[in-house]
Amino acid sequence: MQHESGQQHPVGLYLKIWALLFVLSTFSYLVDYFHFHGYLRWFLIVTFMLLKAGLIVSVFMHLAWERLALVYAILLPPLALLVLVALMAGEADYTASTRNVYFAPAQPAAEKAPQR
Amino acid sequence: MAHLTHSPSEPTGLRSLVADWSADREAFKVPCGKAMMWIFLLSDTFIFGCFLTGYMTERMASPVPWPNASEVFALTIGNAKIPLILIAIMTFVLISSSGTMAMAVNCAYRKDRAKTAALMFATAAFGVMFVSMQAFEWTKLIVHEGIRPWGNPLGAAQFGACFFMITGFHGLHVSAGVIYLLTVATKVLKGRYEESGNYQIVEIAGLYWHFVDLVWVFIFAFFYLW
Repeated sequence: MQHESGQQHPVGLYLKIWALLFVLSTFSYLVDYFHFHGYLRWFLIVTFMLLKAGLIVSVFMHLAWERLALVYAILLPPLALLVLVALMAGEADYTASTRNVYFAPAQPAAEKAPQR
Repeated sequence: MAHLTHSPSEPTGLRSLVADWSADREAFKVPCGKAMMWIFLLSDTFIFGCFLTGYMTERMASPVPWPNASEVFALTIGNAKIPLILIAIMTFVLISSSGTMAMAVNCAYRKDRAKTAALMFATAAFGVMFVSMQAFEWTKLIVHEGIRPWGNPLGAAQFGACFFMITGFHGLHVSAGVIYLLTVATKVLKGRYEESGNYQIVEIAGLYWHFVDLVWVFIFAFFYLW
């Protein structure tokens, strides 16, 4: 067992990851600063987000060096959230369409997002 | 590799997963405290996951345009209006705190008491800085922009509810983390773990702190940048 030694990694590794997180955060800030829009914006935001999350979880939280049993127990259950997201996206779409039909102020028809 | 977690005779890869989970025995061969912290963090993942999903639902279902976060959270520094700058600084502060925390864990395992405590105090200081900036942000939004949980002058009424709920709960986690870190750091400094030589507690506190940083990564992406 590794109880006595614990997680022991070179300091340089942490410094590198730290620097990398800074760079990735700067990139994701620049996405907003340079006003990227549409799919490119979403793609970049999600990519940088996942990279940052991956670095934090695998290196800072040492998940890359944990036993597979623990890794799977931690990483698999949150995937259920994706199902929730899919269900709620469908639900929200439906709510939005009914709101547009019944609650939208009387305006020229087919106005998708009326100003209040 | 310097960090082998398998002994040579044991199965590796997927077989190790099956071997660890099967039969009537311990599944997580890590110290109990660490396994418990991970399970707690997993439950917290679901809490924040549900908050963010709720936010997505509200935003998608709103026929009124969602306020533009880039403009709402802009700050005027000098004469220039810089979008989202405070949030960017908060992000860097939290990442730096994660960095110092990782170093603290490293020092703890080398049994360098003074350095461990110093780095943990630095982490807590970054945490306080983060919460202070959040308090500033909340004040600005409530007092100057008139944003309330039930409505705001900028657009969709649900913006305030989502914002206060999500960032508030995250801020609460940071505040609790600061108290947690200060408690552990004080104990480390006093030599509470010297006798047993077991500094696992620092890594466990570190797990919590990194998780708080992790949640912010998702909030930053989905709430502020989207």
